[in-house]
Amino acid sequence: MKHAISPPAAAGSGTDAGLATPSVRDLFLGFLGLGFTSFGGALPLARRTIVEQRRWLSASEFTDLLGLCQFLPGGNVINLSVALGMRFHGWRGALAGILGLIAGPSLVVIGLGVVYERTQNDPHVRHLFVGLAAAAAGLLVSMAAKIVLPLRREPAAAVVAALGFVAIAVLRTPLLPTMLVLTPVGIALAARAARKQGGSR
Amino acid sequence: MNATLVALAAIFGQLSLLAFGGGNTILPEMQRQVVEVHHWMPASEFSALFALAQAAPGPNMMVVTLVGWHVAGWAGMLVTSIAKFGPSSLVTIAALHAWERFKDRPWRRIAQKGLVPVTAGLVAASAVLIAKASDPSWIAWAITGVCAVLAFRTKIHPLWLLGAGSLIGLTGFGQ
Repeated sequence: MKHAISPPAAAGSGTDAGLATPSVRDLFLGFLGLGFTSFGGALPLARRTIVEQRRWLSASEFTDLLGLCQFLPGGNVINLSVALGMRFHGWRGALAGILGLIAGPSLVVIGLGVVYERTQNDPHVRHLFVGLAAAAAGLLVSMAAKIVLPLRREPAAAVVAALGFVAIAVLRTPLLPTMLVLTPVGIALAARAARKQGGSR
Repeated sequence: MNATLVALAAIFGQLSLLAFGGGNTILPEMQRQVVEVHHWMPASEFSALFALAQAAPGPNMMVVTLVGWHVAGWAGMLVTSIAKFGPSSLVTIAALHAWERFKDRPWRRIAQKGLVPVTAGLVAASAVLIAKASDPSWIAWAITGVCAVLAFRTKIHPLWLLGAGSLIGLTGFGQ
């Protein structure tokens, strides 16, 4: 029951000969290293660590597991640490994965928080923070553009995105009711598009 | 134990289950709860914490940990982290067993595709709200604009942009 999905070593799809099965300790340390060294989003580095360096999963297994983690709520890499740990060692593995991943960054971020609280009344520090926050906002704007621009060719989807934007950014509607209304609309549109595609084939 | 910790647990437990499409979709709700509903900090401070978390390594949701710590110390950090990372992790574990069965079903693809425009609208709202709260001056708007264009058009590492923005801010120019 613990391993509803068989570990990759047993999956044996021929090309997986070089894969390694991590211990609980390996999982903790692997994700600890990942947490400490991944700046600006952990996903690219997660792939390199898990597939290329430690060889816990083959490339296709990684893509498959990532698909699940992207489908579910929560951060992709955080879900990945849980799913990977669970798959190899059940609950203990899942706990080792996620604790490893967030332990380092939690300590670093709180260290930064302490420095911020001690120094925030210093005018130099305040100026520095205005610049840092402005740059961080710029990164977020670029990420939004990358997600929004592909919707140009899908007018109905663009309308759903625009409604979500107006509800949250302009009307400041709470997230739960906004999602309860817009998610079914988005899914209905996707279902209609899928039916059309099926019909024209 | 106390009302603040209970409120933190309730807010972040809900956000944990609503974070389809990753952490940036829930930033506006987090800001609304923390700034407008509970008045734990002004919007500018929320943006500063977000920026700090962006400058730190790790998954991009470390602002959650920082908000919990800032509002209620170590207990706040612990409660917030468990509330934010616990529920979504339990969902992941539960779904792991079923994934093999439902990953190739048509409804899975449709549901995932249907969530894309919702995610897009939420992330766009995040970007606008955070930029508005982060940029008190024209020079800050300029930093945001230039960083956005560079991050969008080039493969430059985000840390360089954060570093450059901080240095320009440090000069105090335009503030």
